[in-house]
Order: sequence, then structure tokens, then C-alpha cells
Amino acid sequence: MSSWIDRMFGRSPKVGSGSKAKERLQFILIHDRINLPPERLEAMKQEILAVISKYVAVDSQNVDIALQNRDRTPAIVADIPFYKPIPGIDPDEDVDTPPHDLSALDENDDEEKPE
Amino acid sequence: MAANVGAGGAPTQGRKPARGAKVITVTSGKGGVGKTTTTANIGVAMAQLQKRVVLIDADIGLRNLDIVMGLENRIVYDLVDVVEGRCKLRQAMIKHKQFAELYLIPAAQTRDKTAVSPADMVKIADQLRPEFDFILIDCPAGIERGFRNAVAPADEVLIVTNPEVSAVRDADRIIGLLEAENKGPANLILNRVKPDMIRKGEMLSPEDVTDILAIKLIGIVPEDESVVSSSNAGTPLALQEGSRAGQAYRDIARRLMGENVPFMQLEESGGFLKRISRMFGGS
Repeated sequence: MSSWIDRMFGRSPKVGSGSKAKERLQFILIHDRINLPPERLEAMKQEILAVISKYVAVDSQNVDIALQNRDRTPAIVADIPFYKPIPGIDPDEDVDTPPHDLSALDENDDEEKPE
Repeated sequence: MAANVGAGGAPTQGRKPARGAKVITVTSGKGGVGKTTTTANIGVAMAQLQKRVVLIDADIGLRNLDIVMGLENRIVYDLVDVVEGRCKLRQAMIKHKQFAELYLIPAAQTRDKTAVSPADMVKIADQLRPEFDFILIDCPAGIERGFRNAVAPADEVLIVTNPEVSAVRDADRIIGLLEAENKGPANLILNRVKPDMIRKGEMLSPEDVTDILAIKLIGIVPEDESVVSSSNAGTPLALQEGSRAGQAYRDIARRLMGENVPFMQLEESGGFLKRISRMFGGS
């Protein structure tokens, strides 16, 4: 998608305030579009993490929950890695579950808690 | 189907005629981005291309389109007079000095937006449709009553914005409101573009703006000092052959008429313009 417009303006990769403007706009608009100010978003993230933590141990240092725009449609994208289960502690746990496959939640009805 | 190109303003009430004018509303959210200039110039450019055009100034209380069009001395009746039954629609239509089939319906200056309702606007547009090819509505700034009035009869919406954070943010809000009213997808006009600043990375580029807003770009209008002088004179600059902005507006008019017009190349030095061979839109 980059771009005939760039070429039209004979533009080199930019470093000026234009890119800052674009970044700021993207941040502003994502919150405008879902009508959710940053502090509410933060509260929502904490709740999501709290729910998931009831079922699995979350590697909270590496959680990434962010809003994205997909062609004007906002989406929340969550990357929530779990702690690697300690071998031998919980033989019933499905160790093959990929770290951020949230569908695993549906299967873990028996509330395994590695910690 | 009955022929609906009637003479002398026989009104067609009620539902929309199957044929007739396309109603295009020019809006922006933010004020001062060039809505009125855009409306005037597209109107004039369409008239130059032999289209029958009527411009409606929907900015009740803050009328401006008459001035940009150079018609302020000819106003007898206005939009509110029509709505309140003090005159016939025909009587409020001011004929342009140069084009026999270009008209302006001015806004009232001493009233406010609540003097007109969205239903009034739909009714007026429906009365005008059989006799024109295009009805252009100049929307006031904001997202309240005046905006809803201007958008109610629209078949198509043009969003004017500038390459600035606040103007683009407001444009996004407008796009959201239009989506909610099923008035989309709107087309975007990026106005007051400064190619040399974009080249230096100091201004949002057309690509940045379309990336963010995710709507189709229908025009890029370069910053052009002759916009001011033409407003001073009351002669829209689409009538001036040498003007870059005027050329951009003429191109927009043709795109709205369904032509596939390539974007012009905006060059820093000398200000001359050159067509690029790539076709409009790309996708």
C-alpha cells in the first residue's frame, strides 16, 4: 500500500513531525471510536487478566492487550502468555497448549492452578 | 415512468424520484477546513461542464456561500423563508451571473439551525431533484442540528479535512456518525495540502490520512493563495485556468460525475502541474 502517493510527492522516508501527528492520531482515534478512555481500557485489561488468572498462571510481565483498527472496525487484541507449567506438578494439565491460545480456556473446566 | 424534468418548479412531494439530481453534502466536523470553498468550486466546475446545479447553504445563521459565490447582493429570500412558506422555492433560488443553470439557495442570516428540520431539507431536495443534475449542500461545522439537516437528504457525502490532527479527528467522528445513519461510504477531500512540507515529513500525507480514516480519497487540493483572492472577488477559482487548487476542484467535479481522472502531480518548484499516468484510486 506504500505508495503512489509517496512517489507523487517525491517523498523520502520521513522523520519529521508528520509521523508524530500520525501516531497521535491513531492513538486518539482508537479511543474515540470505541468511546473508551485510556483509564477504562486499563481497568478492562486488569479484569481480563484477573479472569484468566483464575484458570491459569499468567506471565504478567509479558502481557500485551491493545486496541487495533481493522479498516475502521476496532478490535481488542490480547497476547497473554502463561507461565510454563512446572513438570511433574500437574500431570493432568495439557502442556501442549500454545501460550496464547485462549480457546484453551474453554477446555480447562477443572480449574487447574499450577501455583 | 413519467418524465420528471418539469418546467418552473412543479414540486414532486413525498418519496424520492427514481431519477433526477444526486444530492451531495459537503461536511467536515471541524470549521475552517474549506467546506464552503469546496462546495462553491465543485458547483462552479460542474456548471462549467454543462451540469444543472443548485447549491444550498445549510449554515443557518452564519451564511457564507453567497459571498464566496459573489451573489450576496442578490438575496431576497432564503432557505428559512422557503421552509416557513413566505416564498416559493423558485423565489429563493439565485441564478449565478455566469452560468444559466447554476443556482444558490442562501441560508438565513438572522435565524438559527432549529429554523429548519431534517425533514424540511429532504422535502426541498426532493422538489429540486427533477430539475437538476446535482444538488450540493454546504454543511455547517459541528455535529448537531445543522449537520443532521445537511446530511438528511444526501445521496453522497464528501468529507473535507486538512492534514492536521484535529481536523482528521473530527473527520473520523463525522465518518462514524454517517455510518450510524447509513449514509456511507463517504468520500474524502484533503484540502490545503502543502507538498513541500510533506516531502520534508512535516505534514500528514494523503496516504497517512487515508490509512487512518479508511475511506476513499476523491480529491487532494493543494494550498493555494488564490483561494483567498478569489473569495475576495467572489469568483470561485475553479474558473481560473492557471490555479492548481482550481484544477484540483475541476478534477473532483469530474470524478463526482463518474469520470476516472488521475490525481495531478503536485510539484514544489514552479508550481506547474503534471498529470501522472497512474489511474485514480488504484484499487
